[in-house]
Amino acid sequence: MSSRARLWLFLAGMAGLAACYLWGLGGLPGFGHYPGPYGDIINRIAVGQTNATGVVSAVNFEYRGFDTVGEEFILFAAATGVATVLRHLRGERERPARDEAADRDAPPTSSAIRLSTLMLAGPTVVLGWWLASHAQTTPSGGFQGGIVLATAFILIYLAGQFLAFKRFSPVDVTDAVEAVGAGGFAAVGVTAVAMGLPYLTNFLGLGSKPGAVSSSGTIALISFFVGMEVAAAFVLMISELLDQTLLIGQES
Amino acid sequence: MAVQAVVTPYSVSPGLMDVLQVTILVLVAAGATAVVLTRDPVRQVIVLSGYGLLMAVLFLAFQAPDVTLSELTVGAVALPILLMLALAKVRKADSVRDRERDGERHGKGDK
Amino acid sequence: MAFFPFVVVVWILAVGLYGMVTSRHLMHLIMCLIVVQSSTYVLLLGVGYKTGAVAPYFFDIPVHTPAVDPVVQALALTDVVVEAAVTALLLAFAIQAHKRFGTLDPHELVQLKG
Repeated sequence: MSSRARLWLFLAGMAGLAACYLWGLGGLPGFGHYPGPYGDIINRIAVGQTNATGVVSAVNFEYRGFDTVGEEFILFAAATGVATVLRHLRGERERPARDEAADRDAPPTSSAIRLSTLMLAGPTVVLGWWLASHAQTTPSGGFQGGIVLATAFILIYLAGQFLAFKRFSPVDVTDAVEAVGAGGFAAVGVTAVAMGLPYLTNFLGLGSKPGAVSSSGTIALISFFVGMEVAAAFVLMISELLDQTLLIGQES
Repeated sequence: MAVQAVVTPYSVSPGLMDVLQVTILVLVAAGATAVVLTRDPVRQVIVLSGYGLLMAVLFLAFQAPDVTLSELTVGAVALPILLMLALAKVRKADSVRDRERDGERHGKGDK
Repeated sequence: MAFFPFVVVVWILAVGLYGMVTSRHLMHLIMCLIVVQSSTYVLLLGVGYKTGAVAPYFFDIPVHTPAVDPVVQALALTDVVVEAAVTALLLAFAIQAHKRFGTLDPHELVQLKG
């Protein structure tokens, strides 16, 4: 099928889809007139039941914790998939790094970038841990904290220190951290089963005051494990892609 | 069924909220069009990063700060880095292959 | 204003799909896929919004303040992170396709067999 014909077929299909969608819009309550009962119910009872003032994280790790286990294992499988797909042809095609760096005239990293990224790397780690450990109080959580933690490692690479980046995140350690994160989440659920409760029940003490860091039981613990896993998965994916390029800067 | 606006430190008057949401929705629609119409992949990565920033502001206007945090770190930082690394790999392989082909051609031409 | 966000959703979807259909470079196609995915986040959050309500975090406001729906926010939150990882997997496939076939044009990739 030629590309003109493919484009006309797509336009016809898209017109039909848009027509059906806009016709279906007529039956919705408008934007801003939220009808459904679940949101109101959860907002009313979540703080009382779990002592967590961050209701979105409570929904993520407590009321719909089973879905989050599934999503986390999608992330785990994707990171494993990247490592597997990009490891396949390594033996055949890799040339020594010296060859490839010779004709790629990479300019040395400017001092401004080196200074600012190395200064920001430390505070970024602190910010990432703060985000991952405060899921139950304020807008934060394991997923966001994990990515901010991964960003701290990327800052080291951006400062031109490719070898330092490799030394900070060796593949074995990153793999192990990711496995601990993913397995820890599943283990928290299985511990509940071992105690005779349904999977992923909140079995730890709920704490005294809603909104404290130590409150809300397993929500804080699960968020910590999720943060570890997301950070390790992203660092692993980026270091795999970096190995593919193998561009070592001139002064590292 | 409209909701009676309760005054908290974070409340904004509904009229202002409407204007803000309509503006940012129009900008997001324009941003999506710009991302698709940029054909050069390297430029498109930069436009995608700006689009991620616009989406983060949209989520903030929809009263969802958690999703804003995620979209900001993922869409404006992590995704462009992954895309740039993949692009660097592809272009480097292209340049190496072109160099080999030129070398062969010059070698054969000399004979 | 009652339906404008949902119209924007279908516009982003249509524009992204158009980019995917007429793409001549695999990286451009992956980035148009990212745009298509982002339309679903707007739809999720648009469904859960309530006029005059605040974000569902009761750290410093009274517990019975009207707030927007937290369930769709939880869905969108995990969505954003997980789809970035799936995009990374797609990029790995694109790199391997380039190594094997030497080209990133989807029209040519279809015809190279064997």
